[in-house]
Amino acid sequence: MFEFFSIGQFHAQLRDGIVTCRQAVEHFLRQIDSTKHLNAFVEVYADEALRKADQLDMKRNAGKPMGSLHGVVIALKDIIAYKEHRLTASSKILNGFTSIYSATATEKLLREEAIIIGSCNCDEFAMGSTNENSAYGKVLNALDETRIPGGSSGGSAVAVQAGLCMVSLGSDTGGSVRQPADFCGIIGLKPTYGRVSRHGLIAYASSFDQIGIFANRIDDVAKVLQVISGPDAYDATVSQSEAANYAGKLSENQNKKYHFAYFNEALDHPSLDKEIARSIKNTIEKLKENDHAVEAVQFDYLDYIVPAYYVLTTAEASSNLSRYDGVRYGYRTKQTVSDLTEFYKFNRSEGFGKEVKRRIMLGTFVLSTGYYDAYFTKAQQVRQLLVKKTKEIFKNYDFILMPTSPSPAFKIGEKMNDPIAMYLADIFTVMANLVGCPAISLPLFKHSAGMPFGLQAMTSEFNEVSLLQVSKQLMELSVH
Amino acid sequence: MAVDFDAYETVVGLEVHAQLLTQSKLFCGDSTAFGSEPNTQVSPITLAHPGTLPKMNKKAIEFAIKMGLACHCEIVKENYFARKNYFYPDLPKGYQLSQHTTPICKGGYLTIKINDQEKNICLNRIHIEEDAGKSLHDVDPEYTSIDFNRAGVPLIEIVSEPDIRSGDEASAYLTELRKLVRYLEICDGNMEEGSLRCDANVSVRKRGEQKLGTKAEIKNLNSIRNVKRAIEFESRRMMEMLAQGLEITQQTRSFDADSGTTFSIRDKEDAEDYRYFPDPDLTKFSLTDEFIENIRKTIPVLQKERIKKYTSEYQLSYYDASLLTEEKKFSDYFEQMINNLPPPLDGARGRPFKPAANWMLGPVRSWLNDNNLEIDEFPLAPTKIAGIIELIEEGKLSFSVASSKLFHEIIKSPKSDPGKIAEQKNWMQDSDTDHIENLIDQVLNKFPEKVKEYKKGKKGLIGLFVGEVMKLSKGKADPKITNDILSEKLNS
Repeated sequence: MFEFFSIGQFHAQLRDGIVTCRQAVEHFLRQIDSTKHLNAFVEVYADEALRKADQLDMKRNAGKPMGSLHGVVIALKDIIAYKEHRLTASSKILNGFTSIYSATATEKLLREEAIIIGSCNCDEFAMGSTNENSAYGKVLNALDETRIPGGSSGGSAVAVQAGLCMVSLGSDTGGSVRQPADFCGIIGLKPTYGRVSRHGLIAYASSFDQIGIFANRIDDVAKVLQVISGPDAYDATVSQSEAANYAGKLSENQNKKYHFAYFNEALDHPSLDKEIARSIKNTIEKLKENDHAVEAVQFDYLDYIVPAYYVLTTAEASSNLSRYDGVRYGYRTKQTVSDLTEFYKFNRSEGFGKEVKRRIMLGTFVLSTGYYDAYFTKAQQVRQLLVKKTKEIFKNYDFILMPTSPSPAFKIGEKMNDPIAMYLADIFTVMANLVGCPAISLPLFKHSAGMPFGLQAMTSEFNEVSLLQVSKQLMELSVH
Repeated sequence: MAVDFDAYETVVGLEVHAQLLTQSKLFCGDSTAFGSEPNTQVSPITLAHPGTLPKMNKKAIEFAIKMGLACHCEIVKENYFARKNYFYPDLPKGYQLSQHTTPICKGGYLTIKINDQEKNICLNRIHIEEDAGKSLHDVDPEYTSIDFNRAGVPLIEIVSEPDIRSGDEASAYLTELRKLVRYLEICDGNMEEGSLRCDANVSVRKRGEQKLGTKAEIKNLNSIRNVKRAIEFESRRMMEMLAQGLEITQQTRSFDADSGTTFSIRDKEDAEDYRYFPDPDLTKFSLTDEFIENIRKTIPVLQKERIKKYTSEYQLSYYDASLLTEEKKFSDYFEQMINNLPPPLDGARGRPFKPAANWMLGPVRSWLNDNNLEIDEFPLAPTKIAGIIELIEEGKLSFSVASSKLFHEIIKSPKSDPGKIAEQKNWMQDSDTDHIENLIDQVLNKFPEKVKEYKKGKKGLIGLFVGEVMKLSKGKADPKITNDILSEKLNS
């Protein structure tokens, strides 16, 4: 009976001959099979994963060196390209589309001998916070199947939560990795904007999107981050700095005392669940007891964050999604069209879901002549202000602590008819995307409602090493 | 009704798109080669597959700056690309990446020559953008086909101020512009293949009027001649309308080359909102002075300076100098030839620049024309022609033998030495004075009567003697030496 604990332990067991990659893959395939109703996967590459496992077992048995992710069973969000595999962004408009190239992150995983077991359900084009906006239907939270898993990377989160793979990749434009991690009780990391190449990541909002990692353990997050980070000739916005030795440095600084900042404006925000606020305040006290410096910093911009985020992301999305026109690939209407305009209109009206269309229209509006300055320019100014303010904070503090989400996972359908309420729930996660800094959600707490929730830590750009080190400390803190 | 056309003035501004001669596209590594099979230069990036991103081609920026510097523009240091959003089947991303809102080059001018007068046509700007694919409506009876090979090819758009006053000026401007992009080697300037495309903004106004009239934008102009024709037709049409008291409405018109007329395709721009915003996939880029100065160093000596040099230093006529410098490669070839010419035999004579020019404009050019080739496809190295000129200058070879025989022979084996071929083929002139004197004596002895007649004053007979000597020498006696010795003997 195979059991997964961590990549490190799995590798030790492989070396000792206690398990094989095939056993691991067979285990996860069984798990996936028995949890089909969760709808976490869009497609499972069963035969291919088994074949790959056999190859790896053979290679390892022949004494060949092991890649750093040798046999690690990984699931990809259906928004990350994998050559010769379906890629649909959980949208009807990409129905049947097969990618003819692999994302840089995918290539890097494969180079380190990871086994990709399947693609995960998500909100269409990563737009949503519940995974209810998918052409493949909603995903269920494995801890309480009447609740949503969060979104947009809901399938990827559930895949790790329900033990259907070892780690998974999602994408985080405004919290799409951290929020479902929070709702599912696992770890979710959004790296710095530009840390992981976006080549092969279907764009929602180009200046916000970043591939993120779901796992149960910080060491596993570090190992995967190390592999997928780094420069890439196919992405002009990716950092030219090489990936750090995240995994190797993880055990360092475990007794280091840090400066933490938090915002009373966040912890006392009317939208925040009282129990979550209390838990985070308790953690702050605990950190103080452990000789860390934890201070409240005044932050007056909290209520501008969500509007600025939605103006800018929908603007970019409205343009990014223009390529889905039914001309070169993807869904094409069955109706007879009389002219080109009708061709586009039918293709796109029938191909896109409701939420995607809402955002395309919003974005088109804020970029229109006459409204551009009032919305787009203004939101850009807010963004610049936030960047400046955040930089100032990180001059004096190592980390900012915040809730990940104002509430634990809610019931299916609960907020579907109130998009504004849904958008406002992104209040604590979108800041990291607006300023580009890395942020992580750590599953430290359990709500009286029975659902888990997390603590979010943010740090300065490209400081993932410290973020992972402090995460390890914080995880330990909660255990003791 | 008789229209007094002289009472009106034509005002034209041109928008020229020039495809840059980069190896790869503006934002990806696909080839830009013209004429390949449709859709063979299309990576997922060109086709805008999900998840693909653009990556800037630095060469295109260099080329745009090169053009800007040659046109005396201000080079803008802070640059970014904006997205111009619109739907069209040949536009894969649903937006075009363009510097429309923030051009890399501002202002500047291009000097044209019209009626022997120089005139500066001011430029509004030069900016970089990507080309779209090509819609083909005649390949399939039912469908429109699209070739994406051209999608993403880098373009610069050169926008002039409304400084052009006639079809002739427009034609001179385009000729000059095409020459310039070819000199700079940034565009092949081929209007038929569409690597140079032009739209003309035409308006007319009463002479003396300052305000611009309502314009028509004329498209589908695929040759310099058609640009001129279209402007001339359109301005007359507008003048006639004004003379009749009709109002001109803003239109986009197309030129029909068969009838030489223009016709409306749409009234005024259908207020399309392109929703320009900075492309978040490309980072802003700053240009350093050093970068710009290094590009300046790559600008070759342009035609105007070359003509100056050729007429003063080489003592060539303005006409010859203009012909030699029409194309940079042709002029470069000529200069390489000049540099390989023999140093002056005596101080007074100087290098044989004129013979060199004659070779270029004579045998070389006609051979290229006959074979329909460009100078860079010419098989002979400049040193070979220089070698032939040297043989002629030394009196070893006559020009007629050289141009009619040796030139064609050496083209068959371009690596061989012209002197050796001439020797092998026995084409060398005889300049051995003893031998020539011997031949002359034979001739004079053969025609004693004629010698007497000559001495009596029938000086024209010298031609007969030279001819006879040539006959004896089988055409190889140096005519000058022959003439000198003959005169000496006959006049003594």
